[in-house]
Amino acid sequence: MAQSSSSEAKAGWLLVSPPAIYAVLLLAAPLATVLVYSVLTGEKGAVSLPFTLENYQELFTKPIYRVLMGRSLMISFLVTLATVLLAYPIAYYVSFYVKPSKKALWLFLITIPFWTSYIIRVSLWRTILGYDGIVDSVVMGLGLSDTQLNILSNGVASIIITLAHAYAPFAVLPIFVSLEKVDRSLLEAGQDLGESRWMTFLRVTLPLSLPGVIAAVLIVFIPTVGDYVTPELIGGGKTPMIANLMETQMLKQRDQAMGSAIAVAAMTIVAVISLIFVLLNRRFLGARK
Amino acid sequence: MKRGFGLKSYALLYLLFLYAPILILPLFAFNAGTVVSFPLKGFTTQWFGEMWADQNLRQALGRSLIIAFSTATISTILGIFAARASVRYRFPGKGPVFGLILLPMVLPDIVVAMALLVVLLSLGVTLSIGTIIMGHVLLCMPFAVAILTSAFQSLDKSLEEAALDLGETPWSTFRLIILPLVMPGIIASFLICFTISIDEFVVANFLGSGKPVLSVYIFGQFRFPAKVPAMLALGTILVAFSVCLLAIAEYFRRRGIAKTGGKDSGGFL
Repeated sequence: MAQSSSSEAKAGWLLVSPPAIYAVLLLAAPLATVLVYSVLTGEKGAVSLPFTLENYQELFTKPIYRVLMGRSLMISFLVTLATVLLAYPIAYYVSFYVKPSKKALWLFLITIPFWTSYIIRVSLWRTILGYDGIVDSVVMGLGLSDTQLNILSNGVASIIITLAHAYAPFAVLPIFVSLEKVDRSLLEAGQDLGESRWMTFLRVTLPLSLPGVIAAVLIVFIPTVGDYVTPELIGGGKTPMIANLMETQMLKQRDQAMGSAIAVAAMTIVAVISLIFVLLNRRFLGARK
Repeated sequence: MKRGFGLKSYALLYLLFLYAPILILPLFAFNAGTVVSFPLKGFTTQWFGEMWADQNLRQALGRSLIIAFSTATISTILGIFAARASVRYRFPGKGPVFGLILLPMVLPDIVVAMALLVVLLSLGVTLSIGTIIMGHVLLCMPFAVAILTSAFQSLDKSLEEAALDLGETPWSTFRLIILPLVMPGIIASFLICFTISIDEFVVANFLGSGKPVLSVYIFGQFRFPAKVPAMLALGTILVAFSVCLLAIAEYFRRRGIAKTGGKDSGGFL
């Protein structure tokens, strides 16, 4: 058995090596390079020794970085909250109320918008939210308001709506998967023992679906912090986020060291927040058992 | 039933929210007004004509198609290796390896693009279609792995063992038994990667040379209000095209599951 498991390990490694080598060369090595660049001195498209912490010093002292990082985190936080809260009932509906034969169709319908050109979707939100847009036409048509709301003029609000729309399927799918795993007999047991439907949901279904919710939170929160297209197109570049700053440093200022430092700092902050979130939930889940 | 009704209305409203941009896209693509706002001015196909006459657009489309085709092919082949290893073998270090391969799914695109750019520039590589393909494969591989893993998972291991017992070599077993059975998954993976690559903007913008690909070209055109209606006409065609590709991908994915006798557990991802 020991021999067969070692030959199995060898065969497994051999098989996984092409994609693994690709990922090491084109992902792990570049990420490591960014880490090294962030502690070098950068100037006009080149970096040079010696090692220095100047980039990080600048990051922590210049207010622009703090403002943009704070804005990015706040936007991501609100997008995550909105996306997950809106997605849960849908995932619940598809898992508990849709006939098994129709489930795949519902999931397909939910994922289709995600696969259509993001740039075109974002620009259409401008038409929906902007002056004389669809929202304003409807609101004024119904007599709910006499003036144009022009949500688009509020950069942060329109970025949040656009991103919440873009990441919707990413939140629905993991929650749906974890709800599918909930043992239906537990729910019957809960109700047989006299719990109301609502209490059964709170005490059985919700805790059991938490892993899916946690996955949804991470899969929405992490990429949205680094979103670059939405602030550029929706806010007309007037409401930049941290990724826009990275782009400016890398492509326009050509200061690769500073760009790298921003990326490393942003990703570290995101990783720490995500880790704290996961640990808090693990403790919470553990305490319940 | 009463309780399900409230949820169902919510579900339909949610779908409306998801589809809102796609539904209004054709409205403005056929709208005679030059300004993209209400009220609509009348019907025209002028924007489609304008789009069709745009030489730069055609060249950008040509580049995007080459990139998408190459990306989809490479990602799917690498995905087959990873999915087979993931389903069939247990080995030390499996978790970290797959963590790395799937990492681009959660990493912001800009970080992937930036890291690759830094390395390519320091190695003196000239940016081209090839460098965009490198980046796109990185972004598409996680999706290919996810789709192909579920295809390999629904495969009955005893079929493979039977073939080996009957004297087939491992390679001929793979070619004659496994490959045909996972073919629907392979087609689905190819089409999904193709769609992602065509739409992708950040990596294409960072790693591209001065000659834009389709998404970069569209992004640039949105700066000029007069060009917007033609871009919406293009968008209408792209959306229709993506929906067709996805419907085909979904058809093959489901057929694959039916073929191997598995139970359909949901969509992509």
